[in-house]
Amino acid sequence: MRATANTPAPLLFTVTLAVALFMVAPILLSVMAGLVVNYSTGLKSGLTLRWLVQVWETYGDTVGASLLIGAGSVLATLVLGVPCAYMLARSRSRAARAFEEMLTLPVAVPGLATALALILVYGQMASFRQSFAFILVGHVVFTLPFMVRTVSAAFQRDELVALEEAARTLGASFSQRFLGVLVPAVFPAIVAGCLMVFTLSIGEFNLTWMLHTPLTRTLPVGLADSYASMRLEVGSAYTLVFLAVILPVLWALQALATTMQKRYGT
Amino acid sequence: MSSVSVGTPRWLLAGCAAPAFAFFAAFWLLPVARLVALPAEKGWETYFVVLTDARYLQSMLNTLMLSLAVTATTLVLSGAVGVYLARRRFAGRRVLLSLLTLPLSFPGVIVGFFVILLGGRQGVVPNLGARVGLEGLTFAYGLLGLFLAYLYFSLPRAIATYTAAAESMDMQLEEAARALGASRLRITRDVWLPQLAPTSVATGAILFATAMGAFGTAFTLASKYEVVPITIYNEFTNYANFALAASLSIALGLVTWAVLFAARMTVGARPT
Repeated sequence: MRATANTPAPLLFTVTLAVALFMVAPILLSVMAGLVVNYSTGLKSGLTLRWLVQVWETYGDTVGASLLIGAGSVLATLVLGVPCAYMLARSRSRAARAFEEMLTLPVAVPGLATALALILVYGQMASFRQSFAFILVGHVVFTLPFMVRTVSAAFQRDELVALEEAARTLGASFSQRFLGVLVPAVFPAIVAGCLMVFTLSIGEFNLTWMLHTPLTRTLPVGLADSYASMRLEVGSAYTLVFLAVILPVLWALQALATTMQKRYGT
Repeated sequence: MSSVSVGTPRWLLAGCAAPAFAFFAAFWLLPVARLVALPAEKGWETYFVVLTDARYLQSMLNTLMLSLAVTATTLVLSGAVGVYLARRRFAGRRVLLSLLTLPLSFPGVIVGFFVILLGGRQGVVPNLGARVGLEGLTFAYGLLGLFLAYLYFSLPRAIATYTAAAESMDMQLEEAARALGASRLRITRDVWLPQLAPTSVATGAILFATAMGAFGTAFTLASKYEVVPITIYNEFTNYANFALAASLSIALGLVTWAVLFAARMTVGARPT
């Protein structure tokens, strides 16, 4: 495509600049606040790693918990979601359409409501309620539609239907067709779905705050706790930990997804 | 939808969806059915508490107004940014775009905290204000703080979609309009807006639904401007009033759905 960069657009430029400042300034401010001795005095008070150490001692376990729950959500949505996406792409029955609509409801319904509902029914099962599995279930309910929708759209492509037909006439069994032909063909979509599920799970708070217990805390839960009960510098240092641990993981996955899409994509 | 001719038997298709269906039924349908039935135990009037109790009604109106305002502002701002980024090629453009979409992965609590850093009791803006003799610039805990936080949360989502949509816009239409002497305003109204309309509807719907249900942001700010998710949370944790929390959750879901439905009807487009 051709860009017409010749006409000046002062208004658009100003808006873009203002929005960019608004988005970037708080990030920089927060990084700085996590590294200075005193936020009110600013850089003049000197730099320190004290707050980072304190965060790591108090909340270090939440980092691993979040990464594990994110990975668990990806695994669960893969196993549950990919076959389901295939069914939704191939079936024309009314039941399938109804199920497709229903699956997206946890996205539209406020997370708090889903969490409340889960607590109502399963809150009494102490060993389940007090384990990370409880949070994982909430995350899977919330992220499943994203995986299903992304992969289902890929399964619907016409050339895939022809490909599957060809494999079948050549005598391939269903599992051979599914794992040998279909899944490789929609692989970029599956990778994109995984990335989305992982990102959503890592940042999920609305459900998780209701589902967590003092012993099952994820990163966003720990963050909220530190914002409410610790000094500003500690909260900032914790935010810095989030940026330093989570973002590289997300970037690496993003890069992986792009390479995959380039290699396998059409 | 594509025509389906592959002869996968129905039982196999059903088998494919069975695990997902079982999971969904056990952990969403059943619990939510229980939630919906809960207020009835306290009497049917519990369902209408959001209409009959002035405090809850106010909270619902607050949430609705805030979400509508944030959605509209986000669409206008990110539409402008998207159009600008789509047609300019300058050094650092990709970096800027990735910086603008970076906050996509931030949880709402972080965004709330950012606003505290900016306009909280020890925030930058009140601090600078005090230095030049302006007191009382603490805005984080009121409506403005909440609005800015929601805006920060929404912008990256919309910018990413608008940039993609604006890149696929038909340049020739715009050039033709310009050659015919159309003003900037007319180009915006007659060329850009119609082409971006489908994106605006789809993005607006997602932004609005997210804003209505947002909890982390308001929770961190401990805002004086009460929104429904906070009301629900308070009823549930502070007063252990399950039935009321359930009733308010249902109301929030219904209002969100109704607005999205109305938007779909008026625009006539089908957001996906």
